[in-house]
Amino acid sequence: MKIHEYQAKAILAQFNVPVPRCEYAFTAEEAEAAAKSVGGRVVVKAQIHAGGRGKGGGVKMAKDAAEAAEIARAMIGMKLVTHQTGPEGRTVHRLLIEETLPIERELYLGIVLDRVRGLPVFMASAAGGMEIEEVAARNPEAILKESFLPGAGLQPYQARKLAFGIGIPPASVGGAVAAMIGLARAYVALDASLAEINPFILTADGKAVALDAKITFDDNALYRHKELLDLRDLNEEDPLEVEASRYGLNYIKLDGTVGCMVNGAGLAMATMDIIQYAGGAPANFLDVGGGASAEQVKNAFRILLSDKNVRAVLINIFGGILRCDTLATGVVAAARDLNVQVPIVVRMEGTNVELGRQILMESGLDFNVGVDMRDAAQKVVGLAAR
Amino acid sequence: MSVLVDRNTRLMVQGFTGKEGSFHAQQAIAYGTTVVGGVVPGRGGSKHLELPVFDTVGQAVKATGANATVIFVPPQWAADAIMEAADAGLPLVVCITEGIPTLDMVRVWRFLQGKPTRLIGPNCPGIISPGKCKVGIMPGHIHKEGAVGVVSRSGTLTYEAVGQLSKLGIGQSTCIGIGGDPIIGFNFVDALEQFNQDDETRAIVMIGEIGGNAEETAAAYVKAHVRKPVIGFVAGQTAPPGRRMGHAGAIISGGSGKASDKIAAMREAGITVCSSPAEIGERVQDRL
Repeated sequence: MKIHEYQAKAILAQFNVPVPRCEYAFTAEEAEAAAKSVGGRVVVKAQIHAGGRGKGGGVKMAKDAAEAAEIARAMIGMKLVTHQTGPEGRTVHRLLIEETLPIERELYLGIVLDRVRGLPVFMASAAGGMEIEEVAARNPEAILKESFLPGAGLQPYQARKLAFGIGIPPASVGGAVAAMIGLARAYVALDASLAEINPFILTADGKAVALDAKITFDDNALYRHKELLDLRDLNEEDPLEVEASRYGLNYIKLDGTVGCMVNGAGLAMATMDIIQYAGGAPANFLDVGGGASAEQVKNAFRILLSDKNVRAVLINIFGGILRCDTLATGVVAAARDLNVQVPIVVRMEGTNVELGRQILMESGLDFNVGVDMRDAAQKVVGLAAR
Repeated sequence: MSVLVDRNTRLMVQGFTGKEGSFHAQQAIAYGTTVVGGVVPGRGGSKHLELPVFDTVGQAVKATGANATVIFVPPQWAADAIMEAADAGLPLVVCITEGIPTLDMVRVWRFLQGKPTRLIGPNCPGIISPGKCKVGIMPGHIHKEGAVGVVSRSGTLTYEAVGQLSKLGIGQSTCIGIGGDPIIGFNFVDALEQFNQDDETRAIVMIGEIGGNAEETAAAYVKAHVRKPVIGFVAGQTAPPGRRMGHAGAIISGGSGKASDKIAAMREAGITVCSSPAEIGERVQDRL
């Protein structure tokens, strides 16, 4: 689960990571009041779940509260397009109003999981403000790394190694080390999968401050952090994806015309791939899971059909735990209830496949049967192109 | 021949009396697997499916001589169940559970260091040696005894590949689902090593997916050590970056974990990489 910068900063502050004085605002009036309370020159920052906001016009300076209100008026409701949002951009609903600080240096701090070593790894770099992926590609030695055990946390000597390693002056090392240890504590305590401060700045008077903050949480661990669920912003998610998540379905909207419904994540990805291989484009990723019920199949069907780009549907099921007859019953019920107009290709294999095929045939509905994955993909791509 | 599980496997079940545990224990027994009992804390001394139930894994191992366990415990308690099994000295632990918090698995990973326990999974379909022993949730009837080793990060996509092989009359020595999480126990290289040493495994199918760089590491291992034909596929060639595709580990992040890089590394190592998931069986047939 992703959260906004202002939410991440509030969390970091609780873990003793210094952040600028700031307040969030949902309206221009709130922005004006926030700017007054912060005082002096302020920065108005659009809050969306994507990076590159500055270049897209989502970060602006205001000399006083009146100007902050003016900027806020223009920013709220605007479509912010960055390299991470795609061409359609994201609508801005929330703002962060923040004090301006005299920046001496911009650094980078971040924590991710090192899958090879099976440990969280703390990364630090002197190249703040740039995307870490870009630094990693161009100049990997510029990123210093320290793995740490979740139980023990990042040790002070490790933080010092990183701080001196990226050239933080001795007078600022104490503050930087405390911030690093705080960041690592937050990562472990809240089951984050990513925690990043970019840029992590040194001010003209030598203070270390998190000028930006990004935290992503491990969805699997949210059950033990119920308080974090309030931070979810549904405006940042595709409405169909939100609805799918309510039914325990894994749905990701894409921009093609072939809707797909598959059981299992690997087979769902492979189905998208074979649609492309057959000359079409998948409209979505949809995994109905191993033990889907007829009711779930129906919801899945409804969700994938509410995407208006869908011209044909491919149902690809390898029945193991999910039996083919259960699936067929769900598909028939859904096709009747939803009065489906687009052609449907069904490819089923595995447990009770004969029974499943029989249910489809006897339904009186016009299903196209794919004998295997290749046949099914070719059929559905042909139908979607008509 | 087969690797890791065979007719000598004595399997116990953790989360034995739950819906999943019960169902799949019955399926395993029906397939011919020797299931010796299970563990459910607080139910020790009772019987389930006419088999003994124990409070702890240690008691179960002592009383039944179990040498493998399969875990169906819910995600909140699954990491603990894995560590309990390893502590009891079980050489093989297969964890089916999906949705274990990543930092729990970080702790498990450390715990297993230096212990003789092999962990398969979590978030995996399990392992089967066709005709001999089934440990997991895969449909047994699609498999056929034979000489192809299969290793995969996926569940149903593995069934797809196995189904294609069996239809062509090509049997499997052992099929291992290593799981779709960012942190797993047994990995591609471990499986390749096993299959490479198994005299009767004549070819290996390796099914990867986007995320991480396990396929690249496996490709390097194949190039250096494996002299048997390896046929591969990588799912997620059309996956958008930054999105988690169902599996917790299936995400392209910061330009790494892409299907194209994995395919290139595998081809470079001499692995036959299928462009389409429909041709896995045929490519194996070509190389046998």
